[in-house]
Amino acid sequence: MSDASPRYGEPVLMKGNEAVCEGAIWAGCRYFFGYPITPQNQIPEYMSRRLPEVGGVFLQGESELASISMVYGAASAGARVMTTSSSPGISLMVEGISYLYGSELPAVIVNVTRGGPGLGNISAAQSDYAQATHMGHGDISMVVLGPNSVQELYSFTAWAFDIADKVRAPVMVLADAVLGQMMEPLRPRQDEPPPPPEKPWATTGCAGRAPNVINSLYTADDDLEALNLRARERYARVAEAIRGCEETETDDAEVLLVSFGTSSRVCETAVARLRSHGVRAGLFRPLSLRPFPSARLLELAGSARVMLTVEMNLGQMVEDVRLAVQGRVPVDFMGRTGGNIPSVAAVVEAAERALAGPA
Amino acid sequence: MAEAAVVFTPPESYAGRLMHYCPGCTHGIIHRLVAEVIDELGAREHAVGVCPVGCAVYAYNYLNLDMIEAAHGRAPAVATGVKRVLPDRVVFTYQGDGDLASIGTAEIVHAAARNEAVTVVFVNNAVFGMTQGQMAPTTLVGQRASTAPFGRRPEHEGFPVKVVEMLNALDGPTYLARASMASPRWVRDAKKKIRKAFLAQVEHHGFGLVEVLSSCPTWWGKPPLEALKWIESDMMAYYPVGELRDLPNGKAKGE
Repeated sequence: MSDASPRYGEPVLMKGNEAVCEGAIWAGCRYFFGYPITPQNQIPEYMSRRLPEVGGVFLQGESELASISMVYGAASAGARVMTTSSSPGISLMVEGISYLYGSELPAVIVNVTRGGPGLGNISAAQSDYAQATHMGHGDISMVVLGPNSVQELYSFTAWAFDIADKVRAPVMVLADAVLGQMMEPLRPRQDEPPPPPEKPWATTGCAGRAPNVINSLYTADDDLEALNLRARERYARVAEAIRGCEETETDDAEVLLVSFGTSSRVCETAVARLRSHGVRAGLFRPLSLRPFPSARLLELAGSARVMLTVEMNLGQMVEDVRLAVQGRVPVDFMGRTGGNIPSVAAVVEAAERALAGPA
Repeated sequence: MAEAAVVFTPPESYAGRLMHYCPGCTHGIIHRLVAEVIDELGAREHAVGVCPVGCAVYAYNYLNLDMIEAAHGRAPAVATGVKRVLPDRVVFTYQGDGDLASIGTAEIVHAAARNEAVTVVFVNNAVFGMTQGQMAPTTLVGQRASTAPFGRRPEHEGFPVKVVEMLNALDGPTYLARASMASPRWVRDAKKKIRKAFLAQVEHHGFGLVEVLSSCPTWWGKPPLEALKWIESDMMAYYPVGELRDLPNGKAKGE
């Protein structure tokens, strides 16, 4: 986190989707535009009554296309603004996300993912990892954060606003149906957020200055390349500060589980159970999915005998894990898809099989 | 001899750059009318405009005020986002018929339904100009386009979309009108309507839209003067010019 010594209040029991709202409001978000889709409906519902209390504006768009374009307008006006959706809705928002990136506009998008493809279902899934980390048409490097608790939905959403302003680009918080729907104790922040930066580029009316233009059209190839380079440069500048992971018993781990979001919660229990069987297991959990914490994973490739990536999809993050470890350690994969969540027993079994090596 | 006196200056809201529009296109005139109206309202320094995707994509180069380029068809949603953050600014969109009447139908309908306090200048030239003359939702029956080589046939491509009449079915909007670029007389009339579409926002905090029938000599395959005549003879016959909604002056739907 950007703040070294955060102060927290007494815990309150809160739903993940509501924690997203409170995290955003703490960070100074006063504008929300969105369209209903399960399993994130508590967010627009909560914002529609909460934002007016803090002097903000909630508006339900006529579609995801319109909602993300309203976000684009509000960001152009210099506001801290957010939208949220779920997988099929995010697919529609990809247009606007690319335009936000191309027009160098900060905004926060929370994706409470569900099962896919198509209309899929409303269960939890991580099958949009690849879409999130390789978002949109154009040469986009978008920061993606991967919370795994109600507390992190709160703090990562708040963090996303800070990052978005630093990179002048959209930032995505990648949650899922379980994280959005579950209730856990949340300790809200009691201190003040870091102040947002000045936005002299915002289109607020040109009184006292030359007119500002917000635009992603660059017909000259060199100009468009320059846009891509400066956007990439801003991303690279903050990447090292954002890049993060959480490690559980990794020091002596011979089998290292790698997992994010809801499946990492399953893996925490699986590690404890494996340890109780005498298996030296550990868990590596990326907090930032892009930038991916590759360097630390490469270090761990020196001590682990095998890695096992556990996901709620058919194998997406595993590609980033394999790239990170550069072939120095075997990387196995186990996952369920279609809204299924791997069971602790299945993860334990897969870890033991991975340790035993190829059959 | 008398001293030379300045009797004519370009509006301050016009950036003074040469425009890229084809010979005989009326976008330049409409830009100028918008700039004049913004000047007359004293709004230049607190105006925010939103450009379309289409021939007018470069409007931000020609208007000397804060401008935003939107995704195709989404200008009313972008303008909504700006207006909700900055309710005291004068926010407007400038959109063509491909942008507004085809890909952006949802956005314009709902901005109008909300009576969003923004102004929309909708330029209808019955064709997709920038992408080289394809059929638009507004292409007239029988009119040829690069994707309607046999002329628009209602049984195949359907009928043209009458945007102002369609929006007039909504209770929301404050001001709805159609104007024309067919001749200087109509240009003067169009300016009055553009002004009223801005006043709907500035004085009545409501939604104002003016559709402006415009020419596209290049993709109509007509010399400029003939194109202007065709606006009067064919376009104005299908798209009647007038004020369909003028709530500030008590002219509601059906009156």
